[in-house]
Parts: sequence; C-alpha cells; structure tokens
Amino acid sequence: MNTEASIEIGGVSVSFPLYHGSARSLKKTVAMAATGRLGADTHRRTVVRALSDVGFTLSRGDRLGLVGSNGAGKTTLLRTLAGIYEPVVGHVRVQGSVTALLDTSLGMNVDMNGRENILLRGLFNGLPRSALPQLERDVAEFAELGDFLDLPVRMYSAGMVVRLGFALATALRPQILLMDEWFLAGDANFLEKAKFRLEEMVRGAEILVLSTHSMDIIRTWCTRVIWLDQGYIRADGPTEEVLAQYLAESGAD
Amino acid sequence: MNQHAPPAELPLPLTARHAVLEFKADLSFGERNRQAVEDLRAGLALWRLSCALAWLDIRLRYRGSMLGPFWLTLSTGIMVAMLGFLYAKLFKVDPRAYLPFLALSQVLWAFMGTLVAEACSTYIDMVGIIRSVRMPMSVFAARTVVRNILVLGHNVVVIVVVFAVFNTWPGWHAVLAIPGLLLWLIVSLSLTMLLGSLCARFRDIAPIVNSLMQIAFFITPVIWRPEQLGDYQFLLPFNPFYNLLEIVRAPLLGEHVAPSTWLIALGFSAALCVVSWMFFVRARGRLAFWV
Repeated sequence: MNTEASIEIGGVSVSFPLYHGSARSLKKTVAMAATGRLGADTHRRTVVRALSDVGFTLSRGDRLGLVGSNGAGKTTLLRTLAGIYEPVVGHVRVQGSVTALLDTSLGMNVDMNGRENILLRGLFNGLPRSALPQLERDVAEFAELGDFLDLPVRMYSAGMVVRLGFALATALRPQILLMDEWFLAGDANFLEKAKFRLEEMVRGAEILVLSTHSMDIIRTWCTRVIWLDQGYIRADGPTEEVLAQYLAESGAD
Repeated sequence: MNQHAPPAELPLPLTARHAVLEFKADLSFGERNRQAVEDLRAGLALWRLSCALAWLDIRLRYRGSMLGPFWLTLSTGIMVAMLGFLYAKLFKVDPRAYLPFLALSQVLWAFMGTLVAEACSTYIDMVGIIRSVRMPMSVFAARTVVRNILVLGHNVVVIVVVFAVFNTWPGWHAVLAIPGLLLWLIVSLSLTMLLGSLCARFRDIAPIVNSLMQIAFFITPVIWRPEQLGDYQFLLPFNPFYNLLEIVRAPLLGEHVAPSTWLIALGFSAALCVVSWMFFVRARGRLAFWV
C-alpha cells in the first residue's frame, strides 16, 4: 500500500531564536538590522526570520529547483520539508518517505570505516537486519570505493565522501528526495553516473526538491523553480521563466 | 541489467510506513503529547540503532587501544583498591568488610554520576545528525543510557573480583536488586531526556548540574556507610540519590531495604518522570532549533 507522494505547505514561517552566543552583540545586531531581518517574537526574544509565509504544492513527478542568494532560506526550507524544523507558523503536510541530502557528513561518523557507516545508515533508516548485507553490496558497488571501504571515512577525499553519501541516500529509494547543492560536487565521471541513478529515481514518479546555485543543473533537472529572497518567495513558475527574472536581477550565471 | 540502477528489492524503511508528516501552528497540549508519544514509540522501535550507536561510542573511544573498554575496568579496579585501603585506615574499619562495600558503591555511583554528566550533552553532541535527518529524539536519549549501561557492565567485573577475593557473596538475596535496577533504567531514561533538552536550551545547566553532582557524591553514603552518620541518619531519606542507591546496593550486600526507602525512591522517580515528560512534550519540536 504505497501512497502517492505529495508536499503541501502554506503560510510557513520559520524563525530562529537566538539564545546562545552573542545574540545581543552590537556588531551582529547592527548587521542584521541593516538587512531588515531582525525582529523580536512575542516573548521579546531576538529571532532571525529564515522563512516568511512560504507556500506551494508539489505532486508526483515534480522536480522543483530552489534558487536565491546565500541565506535566502533554501536550506531551511529543505529542512522544514524534511521534518527537521517543525514550523510554529503555517502548516506542512508531506506524504511519502523522505530522504534529505543536506549535510556533507550526513550523520556519517568520520572515525568509522565505510562499511560501518553503511550499516549504521541502514539502522538509522530502520531497515531490518536481513537487508543490511544487500545495502552494503549496493552502496559499495555504486560508490566505487574499493579497499577504502575498510578505512575510516576520515581518510577519504571529499569526492569519495560525496560518492558514499550519494550511494547511501539513493540506495534507499525515497519517494521524496530533498537535495542541497553541495551534493553535485563529485567528479565529472561520477556526476554522469549520479545523474543516471537520480533520473531513474525521479522517473519512478517521485518528487525532487533541489537547491543550487548552478543554473545548468537547474535547467537539466528541474521543471519548476522557486526563487527565494530573504525568506520570501519572490517568484514561482516554470524553469526558464523564473530563471530569466532571477538572472536579470542578480546578473550572475 | 544495468549496474547503475538502484536495487528495487530493498524493503521500505520503517520510517516510510508512517510516511505522513504533518505540522500545524498552535498545537494543543493533547496534539503535542500525541507527537511526543509517537516519538518515544518510534525511538523504542529503533532500539537496535540506539544499541549500535552506544556500542560504537565505546569502541570509538578506545579504538586502537590494546585493552579497549577494559581500561574502564582496570582504572575502576585500581581506584577501588587504593581508596579501599586508604579509607579503611582513615575510618578505622576492617578492609575485608569495607572493600566489597566500596567496590559496589563506587561502581554504582560512577554509573549515576557519568550518566548525569553525559545526559547534559545528549542532544547538543548530536547536532550534526539532528540537523540532517529526522529522527525520534528518544533514540539519542536511549543511546546515552545504553552507553552507560555498557560501561557499567565492564565495571561489574571489579565488583565480582572484590567479592571473590573477600568471599562475600550475597547469595540468592541478590535477586532483590533486580526491581531496583529496573527502576534505575526508567529513571535513567527520563533523567537523560530531561537534562538533555534542558541543557540544549539553557547552556548554564550543565556546569550547575556537574557541581551539584560533586556535592551529591559527598553527601550520599557512597564511600561512607549510612550508620557512620550517627544521630543525623534521619536526614538520609531526603536525599533521592541515597534511596535510589540503597534499593540496588543493599540487596547486593545481603542487607534489607526499608519499605520507606522503596517508597521514596518510587515517589521521586514518578515525580521525575512527570516533569521530564511535560518538558519533553514542549521541547521535542524545538530541539532542532536549540542545539
């Protein structure tokens, strides 16, 4: 009984309370006041608003690209969709199994070897013990780590970590894949392979939400783009339409 | 068959079976409570993960060392032997009677003390995982508890050796410690959940807790016997650590536990569980923002 994947969010705002560190440091206060994103919530705590009144609906087969400058709220939005940040304003409804590729380390422990990380990841996803050897075989084959599988992840090159992470994440075939841009930083040969594996996944009528600065990746993979600006949705529509607006404003490619 | 294709036969992960994620603004207490219950249920269902994480913690701590986790056993053993003879001299008691008592008390207290200290960093240390994947928070609390139980397991060797050397076996009476140990399990989990979230929110709690635990070590009969307090023994039941320690330690020494001690231990545990749960219900959804 596999339900159809869908994402529906409306009026979502996410604010980070600043409890620790130098919340009241003069430098930070001035810097944030300058960008107009400093406010105070009902308890008069200092908060930084990362998302404001964000809403959209995604259904089976959608490939959404998120663009925007650094700090526009792309990663926060991905984390909200992944259920990591529970918003206190607005509503979120995500149906289907979700995998979020947000962090280079992916909860990987760099002191453990590749094999142990694979097993741990399997346990994190609640796989039964009987499925673990198969997971290990699949990941080892795809990531092409060879003998490195028995070395601590600490010894891996950045590319190897990405390959391992990608292989792990895609081995589990989520219905909804949330991906941050760092993830496509593998070498060219791997990118080709990754693309194939991911396209396979998206072709299986799942949902992809991708955040990136690379217009090429957006053009290749996404059918819809949302432009986030300081936590607000600035534009939402078909890829070329939104990219044209975005590029006209930011003047970058 | 194309070798790059993901395997289709992997079973759906547990998380996918409850695959609807829904959040709304202004949840009532009942709804938050339901989410917290769900968190605990899902966390306990992932008990193999908690155990694997705890075991990896221990292995990583001692990776590359020859004795591995048995360094714990060795250092506890040496400390008990040294302190045993020193305090036997200071208190003018017979080492043969005192050492088994000290070995037992010291190992049990080490569990409590370390658990409380590590409970404070339960969620803070997991910031990487908490921010990269949605996990029941109770998994992390269970990991801290299981890790400390594993350490306790290594230290139990010291108790067994000391009991063997002095030939003081509690006999079948020792099984009466089992209900006490079960209560410890519940107290440990709720204490870890409470301190973990409190310390994530208020960073001043951890140092306060650590200095309180140091005081608690001296005012609780760990290295000294309750009888040594003389006329002031009536104060002991007010110390929750005393009651909790006694329900496990006394049966293992072949002594009798007063019903009042059990009652106070139960009352304290119940109060702790309620406070811990109320805080968890409120804190659970906010932990990702706090850590």
